[in-house]
Amino acid sequence: MSEMASSAAPPFPTATEKLKFYGLWAAAVIALLLLPRIFPSGGSLTTFSLIGISIVFSLSYNILLGQTGMLSFGHAVYYGLGGFLVIHAINIIGANKLPIPLPVVPLIGGLTGLLFAVLLGWVSTQRSGTAFAMISLGVAELIASSALILRSFFGGEAGISANRTKVFRIFDWSFGPQIQIYYLVAAWTLIAVIAMYALTRTPLGRMCNAVRDNPERVQFVGYDPHVVRYLAFCFSGFFAGIAGALAAINFEIANSAYLGAVQSGTVLFATYIGGVGFFIGPIVGAIFVTILSLGLSDLTQVWQLYFGLIFIAVVVFAPGGITGLLMMHRPLLRAGTLARVLPSYLIALVPTSAMIIGLIVAIETIVHFTVHAGDDSHIKAFGVPFDAANRYVWAMAAILLVGGFLVARKTWARVAHAWDDATSGARAKGIAA
Amino acid sequence: MLELIVISTLNGVLFGMLLFLMASGLTVIFSMLGVLNFAHASFYMLGAFFGFQISRWFGFWPALVIAPVLAGAIGAAVERYGLRRVHKNGHVAELLFTFGLAFAIEEIVQIIWGKSPVDFRVPALLDFPAFTIFSTNYPAYKMFMLLVSIAIFIGLLIVLKKTRIGLIVQAALTHPHMVGHLGHNVGRIFMLVFGVGTALAAVAGVIAGPALVTQSNMAGLLGPILFVVVVVGGLGSLPGAFAASLLIGLVQTFAVSMNGSLAGAFGPLSPAYASSWLGDIWGVTIAQIAPIMPYVLLVLILIFRPMGLLGTRET
Repeated sequence: MSEMASSAAPPFPTATEKLKFYGLWAAAVIALLLLPRIFPSGGSLTTFSLIGISIVFSLSYNILLGQTGMLSFGHAVYYGLGGFLVIHAINIIGANKLPIPLPVVPLIGGLTGLLFAVLLGWVSTQRSGTAFAMISLGVAELIASSALILRSFFGGEAGISANRTKVFRIFDWSFGPQIQIYYLVAAWTLIAVIAMYALTRTPLGRMCNAVRDNPERVQFVGYDPHVVRYLAFCFSGFFAGIAGALAAINFEIANSAYLGAVQSGTVLFATYIGGVGFFIGPIVGAIFVTILSLGLSDLTQVWQLYFGLIFIAVVVFAPGGITGLLMMHRPLLRAGTLARVLPSYLIALVPTSAMIIGLIVAIETIVHFTVHAGDDSHIKAFGVPFDAANRYVWAMAAILLVGGFLVARKTWARVAHAWDDATSGARAKGIAA
Repeated sequence: MLELIVISTLNGVLFGMLLFLMASGLTVIFSMLGVLNFAHASFYMLGAFFGFQISRWFGFWPALVIAPVLAGAIGAAVERYGLRRVHKNGHVAELLFTFGLAFAIEEIVQIIWGKSPVDFRVPALLDFPAFTIFSTNYPAYKMFMLLVSIAIFIGLLIVLKKTRIGLIVQAALTHPHMVGHLGHNVGRIFMLVFGVGTALAAVAGVIAGPALVTQSNMAGLLGPILFVVVVVGGLGSLPGAFAASLLIGLVQTFAVSMNGSLAGAFGPLSPAYASSWLGDIWGVTIAQIAPIMPYVLLVLILIFRPMGLLGTRET
């Protein structure tokens, strides 16, 4: 009986757990404050701002996908509309000299996202699953195509721009230099992350999880899954609007690409690669994907192909994303049986990386012969120069690819054995794995 | 006016039949596998580009056969080695897999054939006007497209209604689990259906390639419309997909050829509107809003008849 009671209500957090929890947030604040001191260059500040925007956007997306189980292909609608409204707001504030400072302007974007989520959400969230995915896609196409027709509001192909320094100033912040924008984005990111974390702890957040896992049971308990999905959709739209507003302030422009399918796809990629099962997942994914898209585009021309391949690999091999993969090892770490898996990982790493290198060389060679057929065959990919016309390079790529694949299959079977061994060891010690 | 109606009806039926070639595969795949294949339009694009490449090497007629077979083989391989692995992770993972695949296929096509349209020409044998109505020459190639799609439609109907495999597919449309319980090799049927479905999309690609533009964004342009067709017709309903294909084909073709706008109809009553910010809505022509018509239809259908025109099950 006492066991049942203890499993029904979690124990009150102890002092050390509380310290850990608040310490984590405090550490995040300090890290955000210190980052520009450590990396003061303009390029890294821009990168940090982009990452912050992407974190807010991905977390808002995960309210739908991870927490309520709704796969949306049109989340950029709320992001983009938030961005457009904010650009118009900045122009109006600047022209009429309204006493509204820039730091509260992202709230306008959030409210815009909320408004459109309230309007469009009721129809969209009637059903979940594939039907919801299709509706979100249809609505997104509708809004994106309309944006090109309504030229005076959306500015057609070129978009509309604003000057953020013309807004009412407080404390003499002009928001011209990137460092001030960084702090603005960082502050809003922190607020939004805390708010979205708090949302997962509310009864509504718990009902969202229930709707994701078993909507029928939710109905039996007396809730309407449609209403729960609708509320989650509205919150998600609100935070997406904030992300769009921050992006609009950062770039001082909003165009139809903000609303488009590419933007919706990017946030889906970031969230899923990071992992939808944990709150921290989309944050990891946003950081990873932003750095990847900025870094890969310097290293290779066909970075989008690699991007797509990474996404497919995550869907096929690691459906929990990066955080899911890491979190899998937690019970093993606690049971102390992690050491049984690590050697087989190291063995599997060799043929797997050989296969990946072979694939990259093959792709880059093919790209050379199809895109730049007439150019010099000494090409450079990922900083490594090689001769694409050399037959030995071709043979090496083929051997690495095929041989690596064959050997990797064997080594991953070994990993699976070691994994079973380690988890049963963990279970023997009474740790659920 | 009569000329416009006749020509638009012909073009609309043609576009609708092309849509149906793709939507039929998509809706059957959805019914049986439970996964909406996001990459379906990508196989249409692959068909067009394979058709272009093969017709350069061997001519158009071999391409009409080889390109769909190739694309179908790729589709079957995708089902066998990709989707089947992802299946255990649930429908969301399957949908995401096809989404990633569509993205990757577009990138690969861009790498191999570039971003600009390729020069995929109508075969010389069919490059003449079929007939002339009201001083407009109607190209023979379009009639050929219409004939091919009608022939495939009839073939599909015969296979589905008269053969054993068609019976199994029909049974799987409504009772997918029962078919498995009866001892059919469901895995192989799935692979076959996926292969044939993608091959049909590729046929549409080969015959549409010369008439429309063969470009690496053609999948991205057509994909969403395809989903509209399937949802409007009713997920999993073949007759519904047929009706919705024709409906959307006709709506879009007629909308493109119309030039009216609110300003044109009511403009003289209140000329002041044109200068206000409502001017966009006031002055936009029906032709301009043609691209968004399918999505408006989708939203209306979802509000008033969520299971689609002829659909029976709510997903």
